[in-house]
Amino acid sequence: MTVLGAPLVNLNQHWLSTLLGIVALTLVMTFAVMFATYYERKVIARIQQRLGPMRTGPYGIMQAFADTFKLVAKEDLRPATADPVAFELAVFAIFIPAFLALIAIPYTQDWIVSPLPLSLLYLLAVSGLSFIGFLMAGWGSDSKYALLGGMRAAAQLISYEIPLILAAIGVVMITRTVDLSAIVVFQHKVPLIVWQPLGFLIFLTASIAELERQPFDIPTGESEVAGGVFIEYSGIRWSMFQLTSYVNMYVFSLLGALVFLGGWEWPFGRDVGWGYQLLLTLAKMSIFIVFYLWVRASLPRLRVDQLMSYAWKVLIPFALVQIFLNGLVLVYDLPDVALLITSGAGAAALVFFIYRSVRVKPRRPLEMVANGVAARSVV
Amino acid sequence: MVVEQDAPEIVDIPINMGPQHPSTHGVFRMVLVVSGEQVLDVTPHIGYMHRGGEKLMETMDFRQGIGYADRTEYLAQFSAELAYCLAVERLMDIEVPERAQYIRVILTELNRLSSHFMFMGAFGIDSGLFGTSFTYAFREREYIQDVFEEVSGDRLMYAYFRVGGLAWEVTDNFVERVHEVLKSSAQGIQDLDDLLTRNEIFVARCQNIGAFTAQQAIANGLSGPLLRASGVPWDLRKDEPYSVYDRFKFEVPVGHYGDVYDRYLVRLEEMRQSIKIIEQALEQLPPEGPIVPEKMPRRLRTPPGEVYAKVEAPRGEWGVYLVSKGGDKPYRLKMRSPSFCNLSALREMTIGQYLADAVMILGSMDIVLCCVDR
Repeated sequence: MTVLGAPLVNLNQHWLSTLLGIVALTLVMTFAVMFATYYERKVIARIQQRLGPMRTGPYGIMQAFADTFKLVAKEDLRPATADPVAFELAVFAIFIPAFLALIAIPYTQDWIVSPLPLSLLYLLAVSGLSFIGFLMAGWGSDSKYALLGGMRAAAQLISYEIPLILAAIGVVMITRTVDLSAIVVFQHKVPLIVWQPLGFLIFLTASIAELERQPFDIPTGESEVAGGVFIEYSGIRWSMFQLTSYVNMYVFSLLGALVFLGGWEWPFGRDVGWGYQLLLTLAKMSIFIVFYLWVRASLPRLRVDQLMSYAWKVLIPFALVQIFLNGLVLVYDLPDVALLITSGAGAAALVFFIYRSVRVKPRRPLEMVANGVAARSVV
Repeated sequence: MVVEQDAPEIVDIPINMGPQHPSTHGVFRMVLVVSGEQVLDVTPHIGYMHRGGEKLMETMDFRQGIGYADRTEYLAQFSAELAYCLAVERLMDIEVPERAQYIRVILTELNRLSSHFMFMGAFGIDSGLFGTSFTYAFREREYIQDVFEEVSGDRLMYAYFRVGGLAWEVTDNFVERVHEVLKSSAQGIQDLDDLLTRNEIFVARCQNIGAFTAQQAIANGLSGPLLRASGVPWDLRKDEPYSVYDRFKFEVPVGHYGDVYDRYLVRLEEMRQSIKIIEQALEQLPPEGPIVPEKMPRRLRTPPGEVYAKVEAPRGEWGVYLVSKGGDKPYRLKMRSPSFCNLSALREMTIGQYLADAVMILGSMDIVLCCVDR
């Protein structure tokens, strides 16, 4: 089976190496997620002038293990009125796509479980599957909060999928390939963030929404729907949801690092050996992760209507503008700098638009009354 | 026209928010009828914390009642104590010494600061912030509570005011300690201001929701920052000064829109004004002097009569209505708690807003459930 002239599945590879890769990835990711939870707690604690976990082991490094064992040992509860099939399968409907995405990511030049020629397309397609799981969890829990959360999640994930893919299309137009490895190689001299600042901004925003992290954590909003779709889950199922959300964070961070920051290629080239390449990829990935954590600790949550209008009225038009600009530059064969200028102007316009949209009407400042009621007649 | 018989019926679902919901600020329960995300109706349910406090206070003598006043309003204890003491003092016609008056004002205003810090922290969480405002605010609250602990010996239930004055003299380094705390509080207010006030998302979430006009606010009996945010410059400290408030220069911040954002701004400005008041009070504080009147009876007995004393608590007008038939206990005691009266406007404010706004509106009221239910 082929798509766009390229084979969909790479058949040249031995099945055993693929299997080994998958097992290794799953194990590594589990520990990586445990580290991420610990790291997140520590970073956010530092931002909030706290210490974070300190009691389990030196500097609390065993906290993630303690949490994991506690969650795994908990009783597996299911509400009596829940739909058993939807309730229990929802976990896997979210869990599997997240891990599926990992196999197509080139960590170094050679470290890739399955080198797919359509890996970017595959990655975006697979990561778009998880909304089904959220709907199943929301509907199957037989809880109004979960239902609200599930509906919010479905609306949000579908809406933000579009700007995400449109931003990726802008990149694909320039690189003329959907193979992630080839996209990374393309950035040999200059990372794509330089040519596509607007696309990068859109990707960054949409990826936060896809991850359902602050300020887009509307489906799980702790202060409104109190956990949303996860409200009826506990123990191992709940921890699998958490595991998935952190795996997704790694996936989107890696994607951003590969597509926009030049992955393992920029700035040292491909001849530095896999060790440095891996370090470079991970370093660029951690930039994204720290950004996500920082944003989480410093921004409040958007309201659901603001979230939707932000996707449909701001991000998608701007993403289309980016594609149009790329098309202009490519059709008329303008120099590369034209990409930077047009996209940079677009990015500036986006930032200005967001800044302006909140301050449409200048509000009157507070009035200071010095002498009580006498100063102003009331009513 | 063909009417489909099997078409699913679209119903508005009631959602039970509370009493265990994380953002109802205690054991408050509201039943929201929602159509999608929009709130069609709200039914507040209160009373989970009802302990019959007013009746209990009728069984206590006038000194014991002070301790119970703390327990009704656990975020602005000194305001509650002050209102109760003022009521008894008025009934007994006691003149409180100057020094005690000033210390009362300093502590009450510090308490307003710590209460508003609590609001800032909790409101940040209501708006979806991951606890950053909360830790910022609680850092300052801790410093203020340290002073309260040094003065009264307790961190929550101070019971430091007495009928006629204070329980005992403040610590020797009281003035320096308050100055220190004011310095850190001013920085804390600035930190919260930087974190929230101009944050695009926070502004987008707060503006134009739960707006009340001045007429609506007065008709619903609102008081405190909610009333002032609607544009009514009514502050008991200015308009009907009690204690020594008429000796300080400060301003009353008044909003124009009466929405959640204005309530936040009004509280932020009130904190700055509180710092001004405390600074003036520290300057004017007599360094020596009695803290209880010279001729204070050992046993507190009031003449028969009734009295209503009110103070401007952080949440609004905190009033104590006291009827005495002589003797050492109140015959009837009624507390007008601002949280309870303000909460009555919740339904009118919330209907038509989004579900997420209901949380913000409730948060902007800054209710204390102990004070609502008593």
